[in-house]
Amino acid sequence: MLRASLRQVSAALKEGRVAPTELCQRCLALIKSTKFLNAYITVAEETAMKQAEESEERYKRGQPLGILDGIPIAVKDNFNTVGIETTCASNMLKGYISPYNATVVQKLLDQGAVLLGKTNLDEFAMGSGSTDGVFGPVRNPWSYSKQYKEKSGPKSHPEDEESNWVITGGSSGGSAAAVAAFTCFAALGSDTGGSTRNPAAHCGVVGLKPTYGLISRHGLIPLVNSMDVPGILTRCVDDAAVLLGSLAGHDPKDSTTIQDDFMPFELLNLADVSKLSIGIPKEYHAPGLSSEILALWSKAADLFKNAGAKVVEVSLPHTPYSIVCYHVLCTAEVASNMARFDGLEYGHRSDMKDSTESLYAATRREGFNDVVRGRILSGNYFLLKQNYEKYFVKAQKVRRLIANDFVKVFRSGVDILLTPTTLRDAAPYTEFIQEDNRTRSAQDDILTQAANMAGLPAISVPTALSERGLPVGLQFIGRSFQEKQLLTVAKWFEKQVQFPLIQLEEVKRHDSDVFQHQKSASFS
Amino acid sequence: MRALLLGAWLRAGRGLPRAPGSGRRHREHRGHSGHSEHRPQAPLRQKVSVEVLQHLEHLALVDFRDAEGVERLQKAIQFADQLHEVNTDGVEPMDSVLEDRCLYLREDDVTEGNCTKELLENAREKVEEYFVAPPGNIPLPKLEEQETFLQGSQ
Repeated sequence: MLRASLRQVSAALKEGRVAPTELCQRCLALIKSTKFLNAYITVAEETAMKQAEESEERYKRGQPLGILDGIPIAVKDNFNTVGIETTCASNMLKGYISPYNATVVQKLLDQGAVLLGKTNLDEFAMGSGSTDGVFGPVRNPWSYSKQYKEKSGPKSHPEDEESNWVITGGSSGGSAAAVAAFTCFAALGSDTGGSTRNPAAHCGVVGLKPTYGLISRHGLIPLVNSMDVPGILTRCVDDAAVLLGSLAGHDPKDSTTIQDDFMPFELLNLADVSKLSIGIPKEYHAPGLSSEILALWSKAADLFKNAGAKVVEVSLPHTPYSIVCYHVLCTAEVASNMARFDGLEYGHRSDMKDSTESLYAATRREGFNDVVRGRILSGNYFLLKQNYEKYFVKAQKVRRLIANDFVKVFRSGVDILLTPTTLRDAAPYTEFIQEDNRTRSAQDDILTQAANMAGLPAISVPTALSERGLPVGLQFIGRSFQEKQLLTVAKWFEKQVQFPLIQLEEVKRHDSDVFQHQKSASFS
Repeated sequence: MRALLLGAWLRAGRGLPRAPGSGRRHREHRGHSGHSEHRPQAPLRQKVSVEVLQHLEHLALVDFRDAEGVERLQKAIQFADQLHEVNTDGVEPMDSVLEDRCLYLREDDVTEGNCTKELLENAREKVEEYFVAPPGNIPLPKLEEQETFLQGSQ
């Protein structure tokens, strides 16, 4: 039952084959038994059960609020939630309980969804591995899959398993792991440079980044105001369409949402692919792209070609600079956005009493980790009067060039772009932490970042398993606000590739005692 | 003033608290960046001056903490310098991808409020309906004194 898709389980709820409370209980139990994944920061057991009970009442009366009524979902911990701690995996917000719900959270609750808890992430969503939060790294559920274990070699000892586990990718790693491990039917993430699509690809789930301006950012603790969007993580493309339908639309509280009416849609099966034109941007054959993924990418292109679609090579010449551009714009906006954390109105407050400035400095020193502080300082550097034109404005100009690249390509008749999502499959944690956060982000965001620059919708669809038995995803990028077309193509593709289900072994031995031991081992 | 910053930190023995042995690490870094400085694309950079670093710390109210933090900034700047390879003549800067549209501005009517209690709930120090802050208009102490000063917060 927990492995079903959102739509399937919703139908089951409607037909009375399962009760919302039972569903919720099962999910909560699974969260407990998969605690070693560290996917959740906060599990809201009581409120979730209460919401499930209310949903059950509605189903009994035959008045469910909609397709999401009673469905357990998880939300990334940088969305504000009433009564549930919102930490952004940072010391700065430990213990912070928001007085309001983010609009997307409110929308989900208004439709009866059951909020299981808040998921783990990189601190303030800065990172590409979900390894840099104060609650520790998130483990990819596929590390414990039969598929991965078989490929790691026979007779692997528990100690080997301990060091072999792979990262989820980031920064919405907790959300991706939660969905992949069947603890919830959908999860919210955020996407600024690929933070939803990257972990989706590594965890074998669908990760949708909607067009900038389609879904409200009110209540999403901002990283880069001009690029952030709430992201959707689900097990299949149809489910993503359902979530999108529930969340998209103008929000008076977020003036960067467009005012056009949004019509939720149901995806039809694409029968005729021949009218489609798929673009293959050659610059996405980036240095470091694994030969496996390159082969899969080619195979996917052939798949479309053989089905009758027009597949053309296109060029987005400024792609290699999108990471540098992002680096400057992101750090600049971060420097501005993080200024609100001073300890006075909310969050951590240092004991320093000598002056306001020293209080701010000490609070921020204690509250932020190295990654965040590094970005704030870099951002402030690029925004200095003597550097403003040279770096910040220059980056804005490069951003326009990058966005124009896409406009040109779409104007030439291409409907959808097909690219890899990541350079390789998920790396083992011990390998990943060899390089620092900035280097990793620069490497891992390279294929996903440009879509955020241009504000375009993009989706990562799990495609196949790598030689190591880990998921690999491919990315589709569409035209602005053409999510329907994008998702229709993605759904067709999903049907063709038939990505395998994860075979999670019994995890009996991972009880809390063992987990404590593991925790101390990895933090030594 | 173009101080070779890291040298100044370590030679004078002053500066931010740093881990022992970081001096050694710095020398390795120096050798490493010396390499990249000879690459044709990245012109020889001047290190960021002490004054700029202090200025940044004051603006950001975040400290570099140690030589590693400063090195991180150096690397970030070097990375960002690649932007200059792109020709942007005649290109307008882009603030937002939605620049062709009008932002929604609502009417200037009060629709919510009266939530003093909720807003004060998350503050650690408050008096009646005020957030309490230590005295203001006192600038942060100079760098030399800062090391001992901020240690009080640990």
